[in-house]
Amino acid sequence: MIKTVVASALPVDEVLHIKKHRMEPISMSGENKRLCIVTGIHGDELEGQYVCYEMIKRINAHKENLKGIVDVYPALNPLGLDTITRGIPKFDLDMNRIFPGNENGSMVEYIASKIIDDITGADLCIDIHSSNIYLKEIPQVRISEESAPQLIPLALKLNVDFIWVHSSITVLESTLAHTLNMLKVPTLALEMGVGMRITRDYCEQVVNGIFHLMKDQGIWEGETTEVRAPIISTDGKVHFINAEASGIFVPAIQHWKEIKIGQHMGDIIDPLTGCVIQSIDSPCDGAVFTLREYPVVYEGSLIARILGGDCI
Amino acid sequence: MKKDIIYTLKAPYRDDFQIHGYRFGKGEQAACIIGPMRGNEVQQLYVCSQVICKLAELEEKGAIAHNKEILVIPCVNHYSINIGKRFWPSDNTDINRMFPGYEYGETTQRIAAGLFNRVKDYTYGIQFASFYMQGEFIPHVRMMDTGHQNPSLANLFGLPYVVIRKPEPYDTTTLNYNWQLWNANAFSLYTAATDRIDLESASQAVAGVLRFLTRMGMVKYQGHSGYIASVIQEEELVTVNTQEAGIFRAVKNTNEEVKVGDVLAEILHPYEGYVKMQILSPVDGIVFFAYNEPLVMENTVIFKILAKLHK
Repeated sequence: MIKTVVASALPVDEVLHIKKHRMEPISMSGENKRLCIVTGIHGDELEGQYVCYEMIKRINAHKENLKGIVDVYPALNPLGLDTITRGIPKFDLDMNRIFPGNENGSMVEYIASKIIDDITGADLCIDIHSSNIYLKEIPQVRISEESAPQLIPLALKLNVDFIWVHSSITVLESTLAHTLNMLKVPTLALEMGVGMRITRDYCEQVVNGIFHLMKDQGIWEGETTEVRAPIISTDGKVHFINAEASGIFVPAIQHWKEIKIGQHMGDIIDPLTGCVIQSIDSPCDGAVFTLREYPVVYEGSLIARILGGDCI
Repeated sequence: MKKDIIYTLKAPYRDDFQIHGYRFGKGEQAACIIGPMRGNEVQQLYVCSQVICKLAELEEKGAIAHNKEILVIPCVNHYSINIGKRFWPSDNTDINRMFPGYEYGETTQRIAAGLFNRVKDYTYGIQFASFYMQGEFIPHVRMMDTGHQNPSLANLFGLPYVVIRKPEPYDTTTLNYNWQLWNANAFSLYTAATDRIDLESASQAVAGVLRFLTRMGMVKYQGHSGYIASVIQEEELVTVNTQEAGIFRAVKNTNEEVKVGDVLAEILHPYEGYVKMQILSPVDGIVFFAYNEPLVMENTVIFKILAKLHK
C-alpha cells in the first residue's frame, strides 16, 4: 500500500508529498522485522529509482516469501528529482546535512524530522546514493569508524564490491544514515554508479544483495543468489587523484580495473591550444573504484580514487 | 593601500579566478574583513567596497594606527556573482561550507584553504554573511558558540543586537567557526539585504566596522557611538511558521514592535485572492527576522521575534 509520509503545500496549487510503498507479509506475526529502503535525497542520483522498482516487482511476484515489512521510499527529495536538481529547489543546504531536522524549523527541516519519525523503530535501513554527475563509483557501502563493528557484518551480505570504513567527521553527523544509526536503526549508506544515469548491472547486483540480506534477517524466505566478498578498506588505503590543471579530462583507463604504479591514467587537455596540460600517471598499484565521468575539470577536481598499496 | 592577490586558480574557459586583498597600514595582523562568498551577496560586496573606500581616505589622512595591518577581501567568489549563481559555478558547492579547506582537495576546498591560510592569524575576523533562509534581519553581529566567543567585543560594533548561535554540524565548516577555533575573534555581520543594496543598513554596517576598528585602536575615526547591544541566544527568538501556502503579504516588518495577537502577515489564495490565513504574533516583542518573498510554502519560517523586548 502507498502511504504519504509527510506533505507540505507549495505556494500555487500543488502539494509536495513524500511517499512510501509498504509491503507486508500475508500473515503478520506481530514480531516481523521492518526494513526501510530510502533513496532520492539528492535529485541528481537516479540509480536507486531502478532498485526501488525492482525490489517492489520481485517482492510482489512472490509475496508468499515475505516474512517482514519492507518500506520503500523512492523519493525523499521529489522536487529535486523532478527538476534535475541535486539539492531541494529554493533551499540552500544539502538535504543530507540537515537530519534529524526540526519540526519547528524551515519547511525542509520539518520534512526531514517527519522522515526520521517514520523510519525510527525500523530494524534496518539502506540509504541508496549514486555519486553525482561528475564521478562513477563501483557498488560500495560507506561506514564510519564508530559504526563499523555493527554495520560491517550487515554490509558483507549486500553483494557490493567494496566496504569503505572512513573516519568520523562532525559535518557528517547530520546525514540521514548517521542520524538513524544514532537512533539505533542500523543504516547502510550505499553508493554506486553515476548521477543522472541508471547502471542496470549495478542495480541488479545490489537488488540481489538486498534480498540476501533480507533472508539473513528473516524478512525473506525465497531463493537468493550468492554474494560476492567485498574488499574492506580504511581511509589509509584509498588514494585520491585530483586535477592539478584546469581543462578537459580524457581518461586512458577503465573503471574498476587494476592499475600499475606509473601507468598512464589520462590527460587534461586544452582544446584551444591543442596541448596536454597535465599527464596523469598512477601513484600506486591498485584498482580504480572512482573515476571522473564529467570531462570539464578545474584544479582540484577529483579525477579518481584508487584502492591500493603504498604511493610513490 | 596595497593590493595583493590572495589566491589564483586557472579556469578552462574564463579569465583566471583571483581573490584580491587590500591592505591598510603595516605591522601586526590586526583585523581581516571579508566580503561575499556567494554569488547573490551583492549587499555584502557593496558594504566591503565602502569599507575599502573609507579606509583609503583614513590612510591618506594618516589615521591608521602604527604597527596595525587591516586586510579587506572585498569578494571571494566573483565567478558566481558574474553569472548569477549563489554557489560555485561548476559543481554548486558552497565555499563557506569548506573551511578550513584542504590544499590538495577539491576546487572549493582549495579556495577555502588558500583563503584561510592567508587570514587565519589575524586577531579579529569580520565577515559579511548571508543566512540560509530567505528574509531580512535587523542588522546585527552574529557569533558561534564555540566556547571561544567574546560577546563583549561584539558589542563594540555598536549595532543594536548581538546573536549567539549554537552551531549545528553543518556550521562547523564555515569561516566564522574555524576562525574562532584558530583563536581569532570572529564576527559575522548581517544587514537587512542580500541580493539587493539596502543603503541604510549598509551604511550602518560600514559605520559599525569603523567604530569597532576605532575602539580596538586600529584607526582614528570620529563617528556616532552607536548602540549598547542586546545580547541574545538564537534559540530565544520565537519562531513563527506558516500553516498555509500561497501569496505572502507582510503586515509587519523587521524592527517593528508587536503585541500578542497582532496580525504579522496574511496568506492569500493564489488564484482567488481571499485571505486563507492570518499569521498572528504569539508574543509581545520586536520583529527580528521577516520573510520577504512574494510566495510562501507551508511550514516556512516567516518571522523570528525577540520576545518581551520593547524598542
